[in-house]
Amino acid sequence: MSAVPPDPRSVAGQVTDPELPTLTLADLGVLRDVRTEADGAVVVEITPTYSGCPAMGVMRADLLRALHEAGFGDVDVRTVLSPAWTSDWISAEGRRKLAAAGIAPPGSAPVRTDGPVPLQLGPPRRTADCPLCGSPDTEELSEFGSTACKALRRCRSCREPFEHVKEI
Amino acid sequence: MVHEETVYDALANAHGEAGRWAFGTGFDDPLAGVDTTVPGGIDPADLGTYCLMLGDDALVLAQRLTEWVTRAPELEEEVAIGNIALDLLGQARLLLARAGSVGVLGRSRERAGATIPDEDALAYFRDPDEFHSTALVAAPDTDFAQAVVRLLAAATVRLAVFSRLRSSRDPVLAAIAAKGVHELAYHRDHAARWVVRLGDGTEESHRRTRSAVDAVWPLLAELFTPTDVETRLAAAGVAVDPAGVRDEVRDVLGQVLGRAALPVPAWPVGTPPRGRRGQHGPELAELLGTLQGLARQHPAATW
Repeated sequence: MSAVPPDPRSVAGQVTDPELPTLTLADLGVLRDVRTEADGAVVVEITPTYSGCPAMGVMRADLLRALHEAGFGDVDVRTVLSPAWTSDWISAEGRRKLAAAGIAPPGSAPVRTDGPVPLQLGPPRRTADCPLCGSPDTEELSEFGSTACKALRRCRSCREPFEHVKEI
Repeated sequence: MVHEETVYDALANAHGEAGRWAFGTGFDDPLAGVDTTVPGGIDPADLGTYCLMLGDDALVLAQRLTEWVTRAPELEEEVAIGNIALDLLGQARLLLARAGSVGVLGRSRERAGATIPDEDALAYFRDPDEFHSTALVAAPDTDFAQAVVRLLAAATVRLAVFSRLRSSRDPVLAAIAAKGVHELAYHRDHAARWVVRLGDGTEESHRRTRSAVDAVWPLLAELFTPTDVETRLAAAGVAVDPAGVRDEVRDVLGQVLGRAALPVPAWPVGTPPRGRRGQHGPELAELLGTLQGLARQHPAATW
């Protein structure tokens, strides 16, 4: 059986997120592009979810290792900052996997405008169904959770706390 | 096929046998693969200095906020403050790396040695008078009320500046700003809700928050006077003239204080931008002593 050369896109597409290992970087919308240049070099583009995301270095190392192991010798993993990552880029599959892992997926990101960002003095308007029992009756405990991209919520029906990927 | 047990092993192995410099972020260049070419007509020295102004504000405030971890009034608030500090540290890394990419390293490079990344050389190996941060971010917190009032003020100013910077002629700065705007909106609104909760809370929380406002307001005086660098870069479409954000900042802060049942102090009379020019009080030297001490004592340490 002759070996079919692997597609770098599918190799990179299997690499998982270091913080949420049930999701791939592609599911999260962090993997922006994989292409093969004319000289055979593979160029991978990733974007950070938040400016301070400490996992970028691990993602880079994981992508390099996966592609090297698949036989690609010349791999360049590049950071792209623009356009900025938005939670809207999490795929339908990514949302399903988040919910299955007990993490509520984000709703639609706020509409972005060029002008001043309006002050939000009331409680955050976000809602999220409980990923454990499905109840819509949940409350936010904190806008900031165990990682930069998550808030902490609690279900008023089953009383369980859960995490929620913030809309950004 | 070798798979590391933890992400930390993967990270350590990514740096090979030589080990990593012990005190840096160690992850990698936050601008890896980003086109850092400076567009025509922009003075790289001015651009680098401006990035230090914005980056130093973020680095210094991140350090101050981190002092609340283990001391915040609630566990959730520690997590929140840690997250906000991490966002700011991320902005600082990008901005200091941008300054380094245009060659603005000052004397930090000779002190740091050749192997330490630009962002770390700038963070750990500059003296206080080489920092361009404002007094607002360096002031120590006397209590939690002051921490949230200062965060409110600093995040409001920074959000107003970053909103405008999204259209900067420097595409790297514009991208950093566009990313930061969403983070800063979270920071500002979080701080604002705490100010309302405390100001419109008990007699004691109201008294303390009012004192905090009185302590923080004078620190706004230098923020809206542009330096020559900002004036030149604003004219070139690269930077934001801070004088142009003053009314927006005053309006937002007034809204929050109004909801917090707190009197709005008289707006301070503008003063020269001392912090931006490297003129600081002892608070910054104290803070940098904590931040930099170990790295400077063991500049070549690896692990």
